[in-house]
Amino acid sequence: MSKFEPNIIGFVCNWCTYAGADLAGSSRYSYPPNIKLIRLMCSGRVDPAFILETFARGADGVFVGGCHIPTDCHYQQGNFKALKRVTMLKKLISEMGIEPERLEIFWISASEGKRFSEVMTSFTDKIRELGPNPLKV
Amino acid sequence: MAKTQSKKKKQSDEVPRIGVYVCHCGTNIAGSVNIGEVVEFSKNIKNVSVVREHMYLCSEQGQNMIKDDIKKEGVTRVVAACCSPRTHEEIFRKTLNSGNLNKYLYEQVNIRDQCSWPHFKDKDNATNKAKQLVKSGIYRASELEPLQDRKLSVLKSCLVIGGGISGINAALDLARSGYHVYLVERNPSIGGKMAQLDKTFPTNDCSACILAPMMVEVSNTSNIELLTYSEIEYVSGHIGKYHITVRKKQTSVDWEKCNGCGDCSIVCPVKVDNEFNCNMDKRKAVYIQFQQAIPMKAVVDKKKCVKCKLCEKRCQVGAIDISKNEDEFIEFDVGSIIATTGYDLFDPNKKAEYDYDHPNVITSLELERMMCASGPTKGEILRPSDGRKPHTISFIQCVGSRDEKTNDYCSRICCTYSIKHARLLKEKYPDMDIYIHYIDLRCFGKGYEEYYRIAREKGVKFIRGRISQIDSIGDRLEVSGDDDTLGEQISVIADLVVLAVAMESSKGAKKLANLLNISTDKTGFFKEIHPKLKPVSTDSDGIFIAGACQGPKEIPDAVSQGKAAASAASSLMSKGEIEIEPLFAQITEDLCAKCRTCESLCTYKAIKYTDEDKMEVDIALCKGCGVCSAACPSGAIKANHFTNKQVRMQILALTEGIH
Repeated sequence: MSKFEPNIIGFVCNWCTYAGADLAGSSRYSYPPNIKLIRLMCSGRVDPAFILETFARGADGVFVGGCHIPTDCHYQQGNFKALKRVTMLKKLISEMGIEPERLEIFWISASEGKRFSEVMTSFTDKIRELGPNPLKV
Repeated sequence: MAKTQSKKKKQSDEVPRIGVYVCHCGTNIAGSVNIGEVVEFSKNIKNVSVVREHMYLCSEQGQNMIKDDIKKEGVTRVVAACCSPRTHEEIFRKTLNSGNLNKYLYEQVNIRDQCSWPHFKDKDNATNKAKQLVKSGIYRASELEPLQDRKLSVLKSCLVIGGGISGINAALDLARSGYHVYLVERNPSIGGKMAQLDKTFPTNDCSACILAPMMVEVSNTSNIELLTYSEIEYVSGHIGKYHITVRKKQTSVDWEKCNGCGDCSIVCPVKVDNEFNCNMDKRKAVYIQFQQAIPMKAVVDKKKCVKCKLCEKRCQVGAIDISKNEDEFIEFDVGSIIATTGYDLFDPNKKAEYDYDHPNVITSLELERMMCASGPTKGEILRPSDGRKPHTISFIQCVGSRDEKTNDYCSRICCTYSIKHARLLKEKYPDMDIYIHYIDLRCFGKGYEEYYRIAREKGVKFIRGRISQIDSIGDRLEVSGDDDTLGEQISVIADLVVLAVAMESSKGAKKLANLLNISTDKTGFFKEIHPKLKPVSTDSDGIFIAGACQGPKEIPDAVSQGKAAASAASSLMSKGEIEIEPLFAQITEDLCAKCRTCESLCTYKAIKYTDEDKMEVDIALCKGCGVCSAACPSGAIKANHFTNKQVRMQILALTEGIH
């Protein structure tokens, strides 16, 4: 059996975390290729249904990436809305048998390329430790 | 006309024909992603009709290739797998436009910044990830919808925040082009840090002589509204129409009446540290900031005033009323904003080994004030401890820059300004011993290297190596550290030590960044969208940055950026109207249950319940964040260009077949 490699999907805002990923790339800070991003304008755009669907379709880890709280959000308060939703969803998915650690919200700004690579590396390690999404098994 | 309409209908209704274009970006992508594999993989995905690769897709040739396919192959959706949409999306959208395809039927997949660059050591995985991301882009492209840009009118007025050399240039250029300018400055006078300088490199011309005439021009220009001793309180609105609230701090002086005679300062009994002279002498509690101040008006320092009212009695024009305490709030609208808020100097107390507490250890700006004829010592260089002329002066470079413990970055100007000081001192006092302790000399600008060479010829001693310690020995100072050239420890006994302190982001920068909704970089300076191609633009449309608030820079660069920002603001405002992305929310009435969840969530109050029992989006206010769409329980709100369908297609692509 081949080694388990998690599939991790990040919903990231255009202004902070997506730009932080750009900076990680242009600065050649590496991180696991398991990370795949979906760009949205704001972390507040992340519909809870997106996250549930991503888990239901077998993703092993999901994260939302936005601008630092309390004041960095390009749309003022979208990040708070995302935080509330992720907090609620962590409870919900644990009821469904998915470890809440599989879902995280990270604040990574456009200037934090290094932090992007560090956070992605540790999140991937965490998901690797947890093993495959229990809904798949 | 009928033909165009039927063509448009075709674009959205028929089965999409997707063109996929994979860019090599020279070796940037092709170096670690197998382009051939990505091309072959893409060919087998549903709705894909053409797949091509190109060495540089953004070149004219690359763009023409896309245009040809739209025309000849009937491509109705374009997916480009290349770099970041944050820099190149606009370019390819224009390509679609000129190919007569709606520009929102374009999707950019970032296989450079997200695949080849971060995973450059792992070609297989970089290639696999690139395939997944391209698939995600193709799936999303199938669901893209044509959209029309919104038109917004733009006010022909600009707010310039900060009256330093950069802001002054921006304000003057805009005013000369006919725009109305509000120039807001925190201090009583404009002029900024440049007003504190004695001479400027590399020509050694007098700072006041080149700055003061521009300051006067600002006050004489009728379409510049000068608001000094004022700060930005609140900013709302959007590109084209920002609503600004300015707090004009209470001066207790009626500036309409004040004639700048300075009599009030003469009678004022309260002495206060004079910030303009780096606290090396005193000013009064009622004061005019400096001799060339614009406006030449007095200000009462409300924190220090003892309310003796001597100034009130002395003022012959009756301009002073000490009982006035309230700040004034001024509101206006502008089409664009330029932030030119400058910098602060590094606090040398953070480097305890340099003993800044010692009176004879001073900063470069303190020396600058001493050298200035209008400074605390009237141009004489005197040791602060005893007022005697120093014989030996040591300059220490990179204080608070190129230093992991304080700031990593190079502050750019310190090498040349220390050389300036050394040269001016040598010219005035040829027998003075002057040492400059440096790590590297970075005299990068036009004429700067020649300027440095003259300093050497004049006998200034340059010693390469870091200084580790400054100790007092009697009334002198021992400067100890390395001489890298000789490879040994050195110590210089100096009478005066000058610390070449770095430029740092100004203390109010973060607060202003939040008010303007712009980003700062990790050092706290304002962040431009692109360091090379969009150096004065920010991620808030219609807001520009210039000068040292963006990063350390010398006067010529600060001026260039001020002028660049004025030009950028002018090209935005000149037509009086702009087109902006139609990323707003749309409500499908049939699905809406009028629960009004969206209304309470919208930060911009863009969604309202109307008298006709409907929820309505005001598209002038909507910024397109999509918070409402994510919250709508019945899925009635469509976030344009990031619809549920489009996002769900990406989720499908990234999870399908990966088990």
